[in-house]
Amino acid sequence: MIRTTIPQEEVLQSGHLACPGCGASIAMRYALKALGRNTSLDIPACCWSVIDGPFPHSAVGVPLYHTAFETAASVASGVRAGYDILGKKDVNVVAWAGDGGTYDIGIQALSGAAERNDDILYVCYDNEAYMNTGIQRSSATPWGAWTTTTPVKHPKDRPKKDLVAIFAAHRIPYIATVTVAYPEDFVKKFQKAKDIKGTKFILILSPCPPGWKTRPEDTIKLSRLAVQTRIFPLLEIEKGIDWKLTMKVKKPVPVIEYLKLQGRFRHLTEEDVKYVQKSVDWEWELLMKKIENK
Amino acid sequence: MRQVLMGNHAVSWGATLSRVQVIAAYPITPQTQVVELLSEICAEKKLDAKFIKVESEHSAMAACIGASMTGARAFTATSAQGLALMHEMLHWASGARTPVVMANINRAMTPPWTIWTDQNDSLSERDTGWMQVYCQNNQEVLDSVIQAYKVSERILLPTMVILDAFVLSHTMEVVDMPEQEMVDTYLPPFKPEYKLDPEDPHAFGGLTGPDGYFELRYIMQDAMEQAKSEWEKTGKEFGEMFGREYGLVETYKADDADFLIISSATIASTARVAVDRLRERGMKIGILRIRVFRPFPVERVREIVSSVKKAMVIDRNISFGASGIFYQEVKAAMYNVSNRPPIFGIVTGLGGRDVGVRDIIQMVEDVDKMDSPRSDIIFKGVRI
Repeated sequence: MIRTTIPQEEVLQSGHLACPGCGASIAMRYALKALGRNTSLDIPACCWSVIDGPFPHSAVGVPLYHTAFETAASVASGVRAGYDILGKKDVNVVAWAGDGGTYDIGIQALSGAAERNDDILYVCYDNEAYMNTGIQRSSATPWGAWTTTTPVKHPKDRPKKDLVAIFAAHRIPYIATVTVAYPEDFVKKFQKAKDIKGTKFILILSPCPPGWKTRPEDTIKLSRLAVQTRIFPLLEIEKGIDWKLTMKVKKPVPVIEYLKLQGRFRHLTEEDVKYVQKSVDWEWELLMKKIENK
Repeated sequence: MRQVLMGNHAVSWGATLSRVQVIAAYPITPQTQVVELLSEICAEKKLDAKFIKVESEHSAMAACIGASMTGARAFTATSAQGLALMHEMLHWASGARTPVVMANINRAMTPPWTIWTDQNDSLSERDTGWMQVYCQNNQEVLDSVIQAYKVSERILLPTMVILDAFVLSHTMEVVDMPEQEMVDTYLPPFKPEYKLDPEDPHAFGGLTGPDGYFELRYIMQDAMEQAKSEWEKTGKEFGEMFGREYGLVETYKADDADFLIISSATIASTARVAVDRLRERGMKIGILRIRVFRPFPVERVREIVSSVKKAMVIDRNISFGASGIFYQEVKAAMYNVSNRPPIFGIVTGLGGRDVGVRDIIQMVEDVDKMDSPRSDIIFKGVRI
């Protein structure tokens, strides 16, 4: 029998409403395995407000508060304060939001919670657009991607917002990036975050078959390729200054291997792909400097 | 123990005596002193509470809702633009049935920049499912915060305790501070039946289709109806314990009155002096002060207004394109009553312009000369 560091217990139950191949549902499964049942979730408007199931159903197996789009962090701060004053200091308070609710409409509340260093774990499952409303661009949408508001004739012409750097600048105790292609790394980081006091931020790259125009069976492959192409480095940042790569990529896979599996990049020319490759290489160099300068 | 307190500090002490457990607030003039004093009270550990210094009013209300969902007693205070920014979360607090209590210092809405009083901020939130209590002095402010928790936690709807900017918020008055032990007897700890609890996990607020939503709103309206008797019952209990009784409405010399002034907040207390002077001249005049605006005390209004010959509503607010808002509500309440008097609507004092005794006497004299209202708004004191 292969021994694994991933807890066997399934907290997330079957019957949820995620699309086939949804990265965010696999992410929730691993996150809850790592955090355990003594966890309290709040979820703003995002795919997961539907995935959990309509009233009176719920698949997550832990208490869940559905809240307004921009309030994942502020509600979590209040939940934390409530549990603390009632003597339930050991409950893991987790805000679980999409990229729209994190990079865009919810960034103010998250910045506030991070600056106060409220003792919450904020998780962003980033599927790189407003998927729940039908694939509109967000500030997490990568350069060149098609969405319904960045049509092929005018795809997104700005890079993805560097949220990790923004929260590193808040000097919070712990930041990590994960994908579901590396479950051991994923679970280890959630377990580590659970034991740290203060604001923890974990970013999950979360493939979305309907939004990325990919095959459901490619979700794990894409999650791995994002790391292997250096598009989405697996990181840990402690206290905002101590940057560490948790998955070394010695021989990066060319970005075309990642892009060509996704319909949202189908319109890109050879030149465009070269530009993406150049941007990724440049970002990687910048990251290496941060890691060396720690 | 009698103390001299400004309205803002009466709010802070009301929250302290209510043993609030989570406070989340953001500063805004003229509310700031409420949270400044609470910060000190918490820092000195006179109150065992968590104070979250949020980055906006929207987050203040969101944090209060989160705290309330765990079963903690939550408090915030705001004013004008801050209240407007909270708007989305006001619906969330009532829809989620969280008994959050908030003080709102009535301040006029901008632009232009203003910090002075009128009621357009709170009345713009009329339909959010919050109960609203308009106070006439600092004693009532302190007492109403305590009473608000009692009513809110029984019927699971949030309450806004409202006081006039500067006229109360920054004005010192003698306030009798209730003993903590007696407040503890009056207001037991908050113990909700349903809450966020890993030992008994539930999801709250999940997608609800047309087959379920309507009933949830029906139940909310039902709770509002029940709240009317709760305000009267708990107001009576408050009187028995502390010697100051509160109802949905308050009357002054209204029993034998032919002419009734209807108003709220501090204008209603100023009107008492006007009534005394007019009574000296032999006029049979009285006051109906609407204290609880939501739930609207329709029955009490009908009972009192139907016994007079003429009624005059003084509004320190305006619904643009219509009239004063209390005026609309009173007229609507009286429409199906057969023996209703003519009702006149005054709009005055917007943006904090002073409304004095002489102004009110003049309003009465003007209205007394008219048989029926020629329009839905009689502006008083506007210089055009």
